[in-house]
Amino acid sequence: MLDGRLGPGTAMAMRMVVALAKVLDADRLIPVHNAHIDSCLYHGQAGLDFAQKLVDLGARVAVPTTLNVSSLDLMHPGLIRLPPEEAVPARALMDAYRALGARATWTCAPYQTLERPTLGEDIAWAESNAIVFANSVLGARTERYGDFIDICAAITGRVPHAGLHLSELRVPTLEIDCSELSPQLLGHEAGWAALGGVIGRIAGSRIPLLTGIDPALIDEDKLKAFGATAASSGGLALFHVAGFTPEARAAGWNSAPEREIITAAMVRGIRDELTTAGPSDALDTVALGTPHFSLSEFGKLAALVGVQPSFAKSCTVWISTSREVLGQAKEAGQAQLAQARGARIVVDTCTYVTPILGPEERSVMTPSGKWAWYAPMNLGVEVIFGTLEECVASAVAGKVVRHDWQWE
Amino acid sequence: MTGNGSDSVTANVLEIEGVTLCPGEGSGPPLFLAQPLSFWGGADRSTGMIIDTHHPQHGALLGGTVLMMDASRGSSSSSSVLAEQLRAGVGPAAIVLTARDAIVALGVLAATELYGNTTPVVLLSAMDAAILRNSLPHGPEVPSPGPARVTVTAHADGSAVVVLQLQTPRQGQS
Repeated sequence: MLDGRLGPGTAMAMRMVVALAKVLDADRLIPVHNAHIDSCLYHGQAGLDFAQKLVDLGARVAVPTTLNVSSLDLMHPGLIRLPPEEAVPARALMDAYRALGARATWTCAPYQTLERPTLGEDIAWAESNAIVFANSVLGARTERYGDFIDICAAITGRVPHAGLHLSELRVPTLEIDCSELSPQLLGHEAGWAALGGVIGRIAGSRIPLLTGIDPALIDEDKLKAFGATAASSGGLALFHVAGFTPEARAAGWNSAPEREIITAAMVRGIRDELTTAGPSDALDTVALGTPHFSLSEFGKLAALVGVQPSFAKSCTVWISTSREVLGQAKEAGQAQLAQARGARIVVDTCTYVTPILGPEERSVMTPSGKWAWYAPMNLGVEVIFGTLEECVASAVAGKVVRHDWQWE
Repeated sequence: MTGNGSDSVTANVLEIEGVTLCPGEGSGPPLFLAQPLSFWGGADRSTGMIIDTHHPQHGALLGGTVLMMDASRGSSSSSSVLAEQLRAGVGPAAIVLTARDAIVALGVLAATELYGNTTPVVLLSAMDAAILRNSLPHGPEVPSPGPARVTVTAHADGSAVVVLQLQTPRQGQS
């Protein structure tokens, strides 16, 4: 591939893969079965120049390839308040990745409906929440791939034999004892997100193994929330849950050389740290779906709003999701139920990466640790971090409502 | 003797060998980051300023510095932001890490592929990085744009060298 026999675009991609192999001190390259691309979100001219150069040199992806969110909602273009100088290159970037042969999936959660890699499968994924989910919940193997290398891996079908592709680097080295955490604290996604914030801080480069958790309390939405926040606060790319995640079950792991005990006070500490708004601030917005709302989360929301009146007019409820999940939620009638209460749904992108919220939306409640982590920096808003139940009750009341029992 | 610029001398005070992650050569004032930085969401792509409100060095400018940190953190979009900073001329002149950080290296490699960028990325052992950090004149927590300068040379054969120069007042004058 390097010599250009497969075309100059493939040669450019292979130069990047080989250079990365040197950075990682890898002994060889290995094949991957699929790729997930994050480079399709516009971050400036350099990203567009790179994709356009690959297109101009005739490159095409060699493995099935999904695309992460962009900064535009192609189904509901009126929702995005991006100025033309950003929207035009953002659209050109999306077109370039489609021209390279990637599927127009535009989601940060391809694992929910589109691509479910299996235990031990080598893949090349970018986007920190997707990486940690694929490694941990599915047991597939991907290193923390970033922009540029994701598409180069898709074009060459190769990655360096390094990092989390190696079995010996996937073994848990830090036991996270969660036996002191109550079923009600572990009963909602926000609790898991806050727990992820704790673990992201303390894990460092260690691989955590969560112990002392009743498997009946766990579902993929909670693990998604945990991983996304741990990846945001600390760069976590792999965790295991004793008795639950596939590698932990296969290997029978139930302890690790080092051990930390997690308390409810530590989890509440992250909740409070992620809450930047003052207690008397008005509530303008609720932001759901970071990472993209799943079908089961639409179901949880439908169950909560089913017994409630409509959301307050002064509070906008945004839900970010994928086209596929939105289609399924519409078939189930759950999307319409949320919309009838006043929720607004956005696809292909996310409310924290592009201007969707209006200038009057300054104080935002969210159950997403990742949204809470990045939005104050990206959007300049104030955040109240809370459970989905707290968010729904607050959206109905038009002011922040706390359910302290959910955090005990 | 008095006069502009003539009452100090520049001396190489430290020379440390490292490993090339991305070849190139660059020099500038050292900027040691006490905590890992996520370029995406944490540093402005058009000004190179650290905008992460959680970061202790919020407000510092990356442009032209020799950026020293253990590794980056957070989103995998950081490579694009770093490449864009290098394209726009507001990125670091050199980067010194203690971990083989693919996200940082890829931002630099892409800028090299597209624009002929020459920012080196060098790996130091944790001990050598600590020695370098503790040799900075204003202590490790404060960016030191004044008298300290670091030159990083990373060769394609894998060998690299990091040189710390300090300007010191000329002795023996009255």
